[in-house]
Amino acid sequence: MSQKTPLYDEHMEAGARMVEFAGWQLPIRYGSLVEEHHAVRRHAGMFDVSHMTVVDIEGAGARDALRRLLANDVDKIREPGQAIYGCMLDERGGIIDDLITYRLEDDFYRMVVNAATRAGDLAWMERQLADFDAKVTERDDLAMIAVQGPEAIDHVVELLGAPDVASLKPFRSLVQGDCFVARTGYTGEDGCEIILPNGIAPELWRKLVERGVVPCGLGARDSLRLEAGLNLYGQDMDRDTTPLESNLAWTVAFQPSDRDFVGREALEQQKSEGVTRQLVGLVLGTGGIPRQGVRVVTDAGDGVVTSGGFSPTLERPVAMARIPQAAGDEVIVELRGRELPAQVVKLPFVRNGKPREGLLPS
Amino acid sequence: MSDIPSELRFAETHEWAELLEDGVVRVGVSDHAQEQLGDLVFVELPEKGEEITRGEACAVVESVKAASDIYAPLTGEVVSVNEALNDSPETVNNDPYGDGWLFTVKPSDEGELDQLMDADAYAEHIEE
Repeated sequence: MSQKTPLYDEHMEAGARMVEFAGWQLPIRYGSLVEEHHAVRRHAGMFDVSHMTVVDIEGAGARDALRRLLANDVDKIREPGQAIYGCMLDERGGIIDDLITYRLEDDFYRMVVNAATRAGDLAWMERQLADFDAKVTERDDLAMIAVQGPEAIDHVVELLGAPDVASLKPFRSLVQGDCFVARTGYTGEDGCEIILPNGIAPELWRKLVERGVVPCGLGARDSLRLEAGLNLYGQDMDRDTTPLESNLAWTVAFQPSDRDFVGREALEQQKSEGVTRQLVGLVLGTGGIPRQGVRVVTDAGDGVVTSGGFSPTLERPVAMARIPQAAGDEVIVELRGRELPAQVVKLPFVRNGKPREGLLPS
Repeated sequence: MSDIPSELRFAETHEWAELLEDGVVRVGVSDHAQEQLGDLVFVELPEKGEEITRGEACAVVESVKAASDIYAPLTGEVVSVNEALNDSPETVNNDPYGDGWLFTVKPSDEGELDQLMDADAYAEHIEE
């Protein structure tokens, strides 16, 4: 039996097309996916991301626990409310999940992890943190709304009467009344994610609708994050890939060298032996849209599409693919028995609402 | 509520077929199907002159999210394809029974048309 978020009734009233995702009933789209996508790139859209798992870590040992648990280092956080993005790894360096960690107070951290990996994540944390003075609490009393787009912050500032939200830097958060507001997101646009008690989520959602913020479904969430070059756990990375093969080397804090995080040894070994695979962007012309699992032929061996779709901003097919490190810039995507040429590009495809410079032939 | 023109015939897989005056049958997807598929961004049509077989995949339509097969509602030879969809696949969403047609086929057996559903039967089919 799948779960309903506190915003389920809002979605039904809006005529959303619902799908099951990670055990939750969620909207895939309300009307046109492409219009929802453009609303976020051009104005403001919002997503019900209440399915995501919020986990609080509290205790005198919380900091040490997280410095062991995460490949990124919570000591990079300079001020309360600041967050880091990174991976939780197994001993082989495989990615258990990717997550955002906020430090709220010295002994109090908050993590937001994927719904699809919830059970495994919680079990892993309990086991890894058993020897630390750190209590793990899942916060299923909290909902989460992502408001994204160039006009998103203005809406939130006015609606919450919270001028401080406007001056929040990326990956910083603040508490405004019952709402925890963080300048984060999964679209490549400016915006914020609001974590708030389940009971008041529908009212905030309705007020955002009244202001003209466009409700968007999982479909637009996926096309936006793909354009922004943001990995999706389970597709672009999993237990069989390391951050170094997933365009996430920047999230691994090897310094200071005496911090012994889970997976460190495996990653150091991989680094010294040489990383053989890389996660890249592909841009195609016409001829079809590459999807997950499609074979990519390169001059250095085969690769595979991890995420693919049509980019509404570039108006052409794009994909993320894991290919040999030594591959050249020109590759072939095999689709329905045909060979489609594709260009290897650096991610993201879209930055600040526009195709990244040099990505498209003029 | 989805639009179902009474003069058309429908396959269970949501293609429509219309017998034209010259004995050729025009094929497209129903309003219900385009709504289910969402914004189409790519259409792969059969080749002119290609033999297609009833019930077998003969074209592909792709939305942002997914690719879906189009099944031939009749057996026969493809007479023409709607080339305009290469540049504007969204026409299938905007006008599924008009400018959004996919291809025309010369049926090997016109009787196959009678095996397709009429508008009332199709309306019941998509209610299920």
